[in-house]
Amino acid sequence: MTIHTIKSTRRSFLAGAGLVIGFTLAPKVFSANALEGVQAGGAETLSAMNAFVKIGADDTVTVLSKHIEFGQGPFTGLATIVAEELDADWSQMRAVHSPADDKVYANLMFGLQGTGGSTAIANSYDQLRKAGATARAMLVAAAAAEWNVPASEITVSKGRIMHAGSGKESGFGALAAKAATQTPPAEPKLKDPKDFVLIGKELPKLDTLSKTNGTAVYTLDITADNMLYAVVEHPAHFGATVKSFDDSEARKVAGVVDIKQVPQGVAVYADNTFAALKGRAALKVEWDLSKAETRSSDQLTADYAKLFGEKGLQATHNGDVDKAFGAAGVQSLEATIVFPFLAHAPMEPLDAVFIKRPDGSVDVYNGAQFPGMDKNTAAKVLGLDSSKVRINTQITGGSFGRKAQFGSPYMQEAAAVFGATDGTRPLKHMWTREDDIRGGYYRPMYVHKMRGAMDANGQIVGWDQTIVGQSIMGKADLDDSSVEGASDLPYTIPNLRVISHNTKLEVPPLWWRSVGHTHTGFAVETFVDELLQKVGKDPVEGRLALLQKEPRHTGTLKKVAEMANWGSPIPEGRQRGVAVVKSFGSYVAQIVEISLGEDGTPRVHKVWCAVDCGIAVNPNVIAAQMEGGIGYGLGAVLFDAITLGEGGKIVQSNFHDYRSLRINEMPAVEVAIIPSTEKPTGVGEPGVPPVGPAVANAWRRLTNNPVRQLPLVNVLSA
Amino acid sequence: MITFKLNGQQRTFDGDPETPLLWVLRDFEKLTGTKYGCGIAQCGACTVHMDGTTRRSCITPISTVDGSEIVTIEGIEGKEAEAIHKAWVAIDVPQCGYCQSGQIMSAVALLQVTPKPTDDDIDGAMAGNICRCATYHRIRQAIHDAADTMEG
Repeated sequence: MTIHTIKSTRRSFLAGAGLVIGFTLAPKVFSANALEGVQAGGAETLSAMNAFVKIGADDTVTVLSKHIEFGQGPFTGLATIVAEELDADWSQMRAVHSPADDKVYANLMFGLQGTGGSTAIANSYDQLRKAGATARAMLVAAAAAEWNVPASEITVSKGRIMHAGSGKESGFGALAAKAATQTPPAEPKLKDPKDFVLIGKELPKLDTLSKTNGTAVYTLDITADNMLYAVVEHPAHFGATVKSFDDSEARKVAGVVDIKQVPQGVAVYADNTFAALKGRAALKVEWDLSKAETRSSDQLTADYAKLFGEKGLQATHNGDVDKAFGAAGVQSLEATIVFPFLAHAPMEPLDAVFIKRPDGSVDVYNGAQFPGMDKNTAAKVLGLDSSKVRINTQITGGSFGRKAQFGSPYMQEAAAVFGATDGTRPLKHMWTREDDIRGGYYRPMYVHKMRGAMDANGQIVGWDQTIVGQSIMGKADLDDSSVEGASDLPYTIPNLRVISHNTKLEVPPLWWRSVGHTHTGFAVETFVDELLQKVGKDPVEGRLALLQKEPRHTGTLKKVAEMANWGSPIPEGRQRGVAVVKSFGSYVAQIVEISLGEDGTPRVHKVWCAVDCGIAVNPNVIAAQMEGGIGYGLGAVLFDAITLGEGGKIVQSNFHDYRSLRINEMPAVEVAIIPSTEKPTGVGEPGVPPVGPAVANAWRRLTNNPVRQLPLVNVLSA
Repeated sequence: MITFKLNGQQRTFDGDPETPLLWVLRDFEKLTGTKYGCGIAQCGACTVHMDGTTRRSCITPISTVDGSEIVTIEGIEGKEAEAIHKAWVAIDVPQCGYCQSGQIMSAVALLQVTPKPTDDDIDGAMAGNICRCATYHRIRQAIHDAADTMEG
């Protein structure tokens, strides 16, 4: 199968005649031979609200996903919500990315279009139920008019519209055109959740087939005739800039077309990817380090520790912590925990394709997590009005937060590279894995200082936590994302203080799958476990006693303990650890079983996981996100650090020294979803935070060594 | 001029002989199911079959492919491939999906040699394929499921 057949099947499906509820379709203007393999669905002009549902003459229902599909399942989840209220059959459902529009397709929790914070289902749930119900009402109105029967007598089930009295029956497609002309109801009637037939069912994902036969088209797969391939030579120090460069050897490489300096480095343009890479390798660039970060990770750790005891930003202070620690009969425990920088390392590195159209407008194809921001950024860099830039969001090979950046710095680079050409040739800009690993926008380094106070009765009476690290949001005052999970500690401890210090460095920070909970979850859950052990309490029972005001933490913790048969004998040489973390409105408790591996590092055999994310829209996707979150979090905790070496030079460069979890290291995973009638919350991130502390807790109980520095394996092998 | 067989068809390449097979497939043959992930044979996203065994196309200069037979995700067939595809779809293995072509190429090669693999066999054959979404749990299950259906 070639890419040409992909194009024809995709486009014939998407370009098929049919109903577009709530917005109009602009004609597709791709020239027949200029572009191959582009997933359609991104270049439409919208004119109204409820621009989420299209029905084809062939009965297909296409949901326009305002959220990017990079593996967390919004295509399937959002389509499930629409299909439920539309009474569609699952087999007729499709999903594509919506166009970029910060108003119509705003994330209702962000105020602009964007995917992140595990919000796709949570913010879309009511909106897409209404979109589905509206479409259903319009189809029913069309049928009533067509058949001359009362709308109230018409039923819809599994994609069939029926009138029992007359025996009339139709699919959606035949009535779609007429339905489009109906007035949408102001307030469509929504189902009682007890009547749901699709929400809560194990429905197959919509995007699986194309992802198993090579036909799924990612940004990197887009080609156009006469396309240029571009890569940029970047510095190995953050904050470094180009002083001078010698491109004489690079220009001799066959296929290299041009070399230009851009603000981010030196761009090599070539006729194919390999020529661009070979040309880049032949460049000699001298970097100006005068404004670069020259401190090493070790120096940063030492500098961060100096801030302990300095006046910081108070995130929480309940009771009187100093008094609690000074009280008679109180024993205390202290710990300092060091967290490294982490790269996201999605499988598909950052990339974008630019095509200038004859009218001077530009189509951008990329994995846009903030499409509106990417659009405005590309327009600004290219000197165009933003109406002249179209963002065509592509399915994307992972992100984990990497592709959501305020100010779109990646797009600044990619657009600068395209903008430095005359624009006559389409251009693909890609980052290599090295660019990705060394590209910054990391989960920042953090150092936590923990103090806990226990009274003579074995009660935890004081908790004093200081968190030092960069503000992801770039704030000078308190950044909630630095302290979330600690400042709102779920455990009832009468004297609680959480202090934050924002640090400034040249290494750009970014949210990394589960954001602040990546470190606060670890610090809180390992330290509470250690305090409970000190006072001789069981990790599960001890937590439950401190969580009496938190029914949903309690529910997941009890469930996971039941799944793992907590308290039953553990096989010789093995140990268990537990953790429970609420993040992004969802509650996840995990128990892990580990042993000492042959290489002296933890071997994780099994993870039991209980999740409460409100109404479970698609249990299959939820389970997948728990499994994946566990593997992603486990790999980072065991293996991963980006370190700045002597002089601030980035040490790691690719998967050989920035390890990913591999299949032989993946534990068996068992997931249970707590039944709930609460509004649905997210699952993309919440599976991540508990696994690290659960492993560290098991490790401490197995070896008597508390984990004070991540990753575990670097520390053990150092 | 380098001549090789690609998914059953005779192909030629007369560009830079150092060009890795990966970029020949993607940029010249427009077969983009085979992915770039690391360029140094660490992640397996670029896995193809060369003369019947798995090969990381990102470190395979096209000059070494002369006279060989290459099969990519677009051309893979046979009972093992069918069983793997079916099993992958049945339990929704992919998340982002980007690594899955490579995973499937490795899994098919495993079943061609070892029709009834143990967990250790799976670890041995699949540990070179990184999945950042960590779909490993389902990959393992799908390989076992595929082996079971091939038996039946």
